[in-house]
Amino acid sequence: MILALILLLPLLGALLPALCRRASCRRLAGLAALPALSSLALLLSLLPRVTGGETLIAELAWLPSLGLNLALRLDALGLLFALLITGIGAAILLFARYYFEGSASAARFFTLVLAFMAVMLGIVLAENLLFMLVFWELTSLVSFLLIGFHSDRQAARLGARMSLVITGGGGLALLAGIVLLGQAAGSYELSVVLEAGERIRGHEHYGLMLNLILLGAFTKSAQFPFHLWLPHAMTAPTPVSAYLHSATMVKAGLFLLARLHPALADTELWFHLVTLTGMVTLMVGAFVAMFMHDMKGLLAYSTVSHLGLIMLLLGLGTPMALAAALFHLVCHALFKAPLFMMAGYVDRATGTRDMRRINGMWRFMPSLMVLSAIPAAAMAGLPLMSGYVSKKMLFGESLRVVTPEWAALVIPVWVTLAGLFSVAYSIRIFHNVYFNGKPIDLPVWPPREPRRAALVPIALPVLATLVVGLAPQGLYATLVHPAFEAARQAELAAFDFGALGGSRTGLMSLVALAGGALFYAIRGPLFCLHARLPEVDAKEIFDWVMRRATERSQRRVFQLENGSLQRYLTFIMVTVVVLVGVELLAVARWSGGVPLGPLDPLTVLAAALLCLAAIGVVVFHHYRLPALLLLGVTGLFVTVAFARFSAPDLALTQLMVEVMAVVIMMLALSFLPQQSPRESTRARMGRDLAIAGLVGGGVAAFSFAILTRPQHTISDFFLANSVPGGGGTNVVNVILVDFRGFDTLGEITVLGIAAVAVFAFTRDLHLKERVVDTQPGHWVAEPHPIMLSTVARLVLPIALLVSAYIFLRGHNLPGGGFIAGLITAVAFTLQYMAGGLVWAQARMLTAFRPLIGAGLLIAVATGLGSWLFDHPFLTSAHGHFHLPLVGEFELATAMLFDLGVYATVVGATLLVLANLGKLMTVAGPGKEIG
Amino acid sequence: MELLYAMTLGVLTTCGVYLLLRARTFTVILGLTLLSHAVNLYLFASGRLVAGAPAIVGLTDRSADPLPQALVLTAIVIGFAMTAFVVVLALKAAVELRNDHVDGENPDEDRL
Repeated sequence: MILALILLLPLLGALLPALCRRASCRRLAGLAALPALSSLALLLSLLPRVTGGETLIAELAWLPSLGLNLALRLDALGLLFALLITGIGAAILLFARYYFEGSASAARFFTLVLAFMAVMLGIVLAENLLFMLVFWELTSLVSFLLIGFHSDRQAARLGARMSLVITGGGGLALLAGIVLLGQAAGSYELSVVLEAGERIRGHEHYGLMLNLILLGAFTKSAQFPFHLWLPHAMTAPTPVSAYLHSATMVKAGLFLLARLHPALADTELWFHLVTLTGMVTLMVGAFVAMFMHDMKGLLAYSTVSHLGLIMLLLGLGTPMALAAALFHLVCHALFKAPLFMMAGYVDRATGTRDMRRINGMWRFMPSLMVLSAIPAAAMAGLPLMSGYVSKKMLFGESLRVVTPEWAALVIPVWVTLAGLFSVAYSIRIFHNVYFNGKPIDLPVWPPREPRRAALVPIALPVLATLVVGLAPQGLYATLVHPAFEAARQAELAAFDFGALGGSRTGLMSLVALAGGALFYAIRGPLFCLHARLPEVDAKEIFDWVMRRATERSQRRVFQLENGSLQRYLTFIMVTVVVLVGVELLAVARWSGGVPLGPLDPLTVLAAALLCLAAIGVVVFHHYRLPALLLLGVTGLFVTVAFARFSAPDLALTQLMVEVMAVVIMMLALSFLPQQSPRESTRARMGRDLAIAGLVGGGVAAFSFAILTRPQHTISDFFLANSVPGGGGTNVVNVILVDFRGFDTLGEITVLGIAAVAVFAFTRDLHLKERVVDTQPGHWVAEPHPIMLSTVARLVLPIALLVSAYIFLRGHNLPGGGFIAGLITAVAFTLQYMAGGLVWAQARMLTAFRPLIGAGLLIAVATGLGSWLFDHPFLTSAHGHFHLPLVGEFELATAMLFDLGVYATVVGATLLVLANLGKLMTVAGPGKEIG
Repeated sequence: MELLYAMTLGVLTTCGVYLLLRARTFTVILGLTLLSHAVNLYLFASGRLVAGAPAIVGLTDRSADPLPQALVLTAIVIGFAMTAFVVVLALKAAVELRNDHVDGENPDEDRL
């Protein structure tokens, strides 16, 4: 519970600043510090138990089938990192209170930093590796947001993108590696994984797994050649650089490797990959840092170099190397954060970060100078400083390497050389800023020292650095050694600080100090030399790689997806043929054995005409009007088919729909070209015909197979219950409005939506800019023949009467809401055609959309009505009634529902028709109809 | 009878798919309509071909399967709504793109 709280406090606390964005920066910092300090206090309260060797685990099953649990774990290693995250985080929040004073975006910053704190804590507290990965990716995302904090600056956006691509890409590799690891270990729970070291190292995929996991760790911890993103991340506000990009997030990769040490480490492959990467990173970072003129750039490269140093120690495999790594990790966080804060203040005070211009600041900022001297000295590794101790530890461990032989020779020299550079750049950032002559052409003049209180966030870690330097045993014994044991999962002897003063390590640090001082002294000529070197801009390389990758993948995508819908349809059809065809080929017997029904000449004739009409549509499809008429013929024969095979309801529906569909298509055709150009090549037509033939043949074959097999239907239930349960003898209608009423409700809703969509589309369709060769010559000159309009007017009342009759009898005989609605719609359509839109419009109510809405409401209300009687939605009731003259008749609530269907169908059909028809009028889209 | 029905379905489908693969919107709509006829007839036939026995209780001894009929009835109506929608879509595309090619542009050459 406490573990969850440690994580949740900053996470929920992140909402506080977001909720009070108008508050002053001071109050915001206070709000943000509250959860951070609470988490810190909780961690400290657990300190005695955890450093005593206890491992606390809290678990909540989430997706157990995937091995993914919300499991948290706190042991000494996690505690060390968690304390760094919350402790440095608290100092950073205090620093940000001064840094962001008067800035409008402070609330956003505090929210993001707290969110970062939470997800970073998630990484170090997760017990489940998959759970940890979630946080791992989240840190990349929050880091992206923070680097791009000043989203109006292009450099910030580019830097943010670069870091996201590199760390996010590494995260993907890590995911793959972790999955392999989990499979090898049999679980994603750390407690299992850490015990399974033997099995994992002996696994056949160990090499691949290690490479993938290292890729994740190297990208996150800015190891060569992935270090490029870190210097570009310096576009972030300085508190972010100090917190994420030197003290915490970039240490996540190191944490992971320390964490997985018992599972993965101490193989030859591990040694070579980790040590060599660390060595290269250490040297590249240290060397480049010396030549950076940007304060934050120098600090960034020095961070890269220190990360490389720790990586090197993680790889070494000597007994105490891991302890040295953890010790230096803490020291680095403690001295690098104040240096960044110092850079932030100087940047603020002078308006620039260019060290060629910032000189002689001792005159303006004496207190800051004193405070910066200590971390700079620690970074250089001067005696009595924390960095001195950790450097000695590094040198000592480098001398203990015995195998392989090259490493025993090279590594001590290598680390001494890197130490030399680090001395040089440490001197540089201090001497260059505070001394080295007079300031040159500063944008802000005169530079003013930040007020005393603003120095407190610097003073806190500086004080810690001092304490560690003077009494390293204290830090080591309370935090580092338990963490070391937790990382190794073993009881180990403590580091012997008495042995630090060896003569060889002393010599090495002397060489580094003297050499570094000398290197700095002759920096003038060196800078000139460096300036003459060809410049390699990481951003350009990165951009080039990104561009190439994008181009490649775009080309690949376009090869498949060229924007041609016609082509996609072909692909879909071919896929259908292939997938279904493979299955169909396996069918042994096409005929299922049920005896075939007898053929009669009339049916054969109708089928032949249907086929001929369909083929006619294809043959004449270039001449659109004839094709459309033939399509109408096919529709009529489909109607005949329904009638022939005992489906009067379907036949009636199909008939009405066919009329409406042809009318609507004809309306549309009057705006479209009357002919389709012949543009397909013969080969293409042949190919399409082959595809279509295969699809058609397949459909015919499996329809035949189905038709000749015995039927198993659930319809007996409907037939048996239609009268007693639904109160109607027309089973189709009873199913529609009663048994499956809920489906019907959905379907009329779709109908209504489609009609309203048509309305919306036609509303601002301007057909004045008519498409192409619309030749009125094809169309009848007389728009409204007198015979038609006279007959149409006479027909209307009869049609409405028929529709009412069909509606009322629908429950017992063919008919019902759908059919009656369509008949009504057709009757009105006839009026539109005969009299014209304007004429018809003037004589009828056109509230079609309200009609659709009312229909749906009636249907829903009928359904809801059954709730009043404690029945489920859409339960129907029915009863017999007697009226004089009419006689015995039956009423069902389902009829009310059918009324809703009726209204929706009428409204939807006429809405579509009227709005399409409206386009025909000369005025174009005038007043809305419906 | 069953064979004839299946073959008719095959012809309808073939014609529908072939038109579906053409390049002009109106032709594609014709194809869609033919295809939806085929689909409706196919669904309907899953209740088997029964003559002279509508699904009305008490009219005949045996009766056609009412369930596919109910499903197809709504399918026909929704098919109509969809046709109307596609028609308007085609109109809109033709007006905005100034041609009625399904790819939205008159191709200079066949791309496939």
